[in-house]
Amino acid sequence: MAGVHDLGGRSAGPIDRAEHEPTLFDLRVDAMIRLLTHPSRAVFTVDAMRRSIESHTSEEYFGLTYYEKWLHAIRRLTIEQGAISEAELAAKLDRLRAAGSRESA
Amino acid sequence: MEHEHRHSHAHDAHAPIEEHAHYRPESLLLEQALRELLIENNVFTAAELQRQIEDVESRNPGMGAKVVAHAWVDPQFKARLLADAKGAAAELGIDVANSPELKVVENTAEVHHMIVCTLCSCYPKMLLGIPPAWYKNPEYRSRAVIEPRAVLKEFGTELPADVEVRIVDSTADLRYMVLPARPSGTEGLSERELAELVHRDAMIGVSVVRTR
Amino acid sequence: MSALFRAGARVRVRSETIPGHCRTPSYLRGKSGVVIEVHGEFRNPEKLAYHKPGLPRQPLYMVRFAFADVWPGRRSGGGRDSIVADIYQHWLQAER
Repeated sequence: MAGVHDLGGRSAGPIDRAEHEPTLFDLRVDAMIRLLTHPSRAVFTVDAMRRSIESHTSEEYFGLTYYEKWLHAIRRLTIEQGAISEAELAAKLDRLRAAGSRESA
Repeated sequence: MEHEHRHSHAHDAHAPIEEHAHYRPESLLLEQALRELLIENNVFTAAELQRQIEDVESRNPGMGAKVVAHAWVDPQFKARLLADAKGAAAELGIDVANSPELKVVENTAEVHHMIVCTLCSCYPKMLLGIPPAWYKNPEYRSRAVIEPRAVLKEFGTELPADVEVRIVDSTADLRYMVLPARPSGTEGLSERELAELVHRDAMIGVSVVRTR
Repeated sequence: MSALFRAGARVRVRSETIPGHCRTPSYLRGKSGVVIEVHGEFRNPEKLAYHKPGLPRQPLYMVRFAFADVWPGRRSGGGRDSIVADIYQHWLQAER
């Protein structure tokens, strides 16, 4: 059975031609991918990124935005390759959440 | 630690729009967390990240248009472009050192190429910048290979039945760009005027170049 | 690795399905086409996707498929329309 990403020939609706300027989020994620896959760093390959994106469920694949899928790949692969650890990331997220709630208090 | 101010850039034409309404707050948090951690762990620096953003923003369809216009006026450049696209682009000062392999395919009276990546979103970013959303979305990716002429019609493009519409699915290491057919009636135009006629969608192959 | 096929060779895409990352789209599996260009040699993405080297490099082919051969029973234009895709050598077999 074709993977969630293997779309050639599936039936689909009209093409939405609206143009979208990239957001800062988009640009940062895109830039991180380029840096991480650059031969001088080679934290992971573009192929690994695609493999990671292809492992999403159908709901995730069609529900997450394009760059959110890239971001999830960065998370998975930087941990897989030991560039960061799960524990470090969890601690960082906790600190950012705490800082965020202090700001809005 | 870097403290970010989220200003509205609505009035600054050069800054990217911070339109986070459709992003999950967890995604924004995750992006910041990963970015900061990777910098703290010396995987890359903030300056490198910024330079990469600037490089992406500097790439736009005008670069592809310049290559197309030059190929239209210089037959030997065109031959080099079709044989070795990265080498030809480099001749015009475009930095392709870190880019994937590129192939330029020529649209003629007999063959009209249209580029798609059904499996993801491979695109000649080194010459055209970031792809439009529709190119990355499921509808184009699904339909381009099974009903290309209906897709072309949605872009306002109709081709004679005896033209070969050739859909190029970028499945592997090469990125593809179309060298559109030069419209008739442009013999007197300068190279710069020709470049101004060449829009992004003609280099993807969902439309053709027309005279103004 | 030397190229098994030259431009003009008729080839058929293998019909298998494999687990994991693959760059041969399912809609082309089992379909027959003609090599129109031999690109250089490239590493295997199926291995690169799992941080393996994907060596030895192998030839990559630009293969042109007639529209009616890919989508039996469907028509596009006057019958000349085609689909071109880049397929790795290990996914292709010779076709008479």
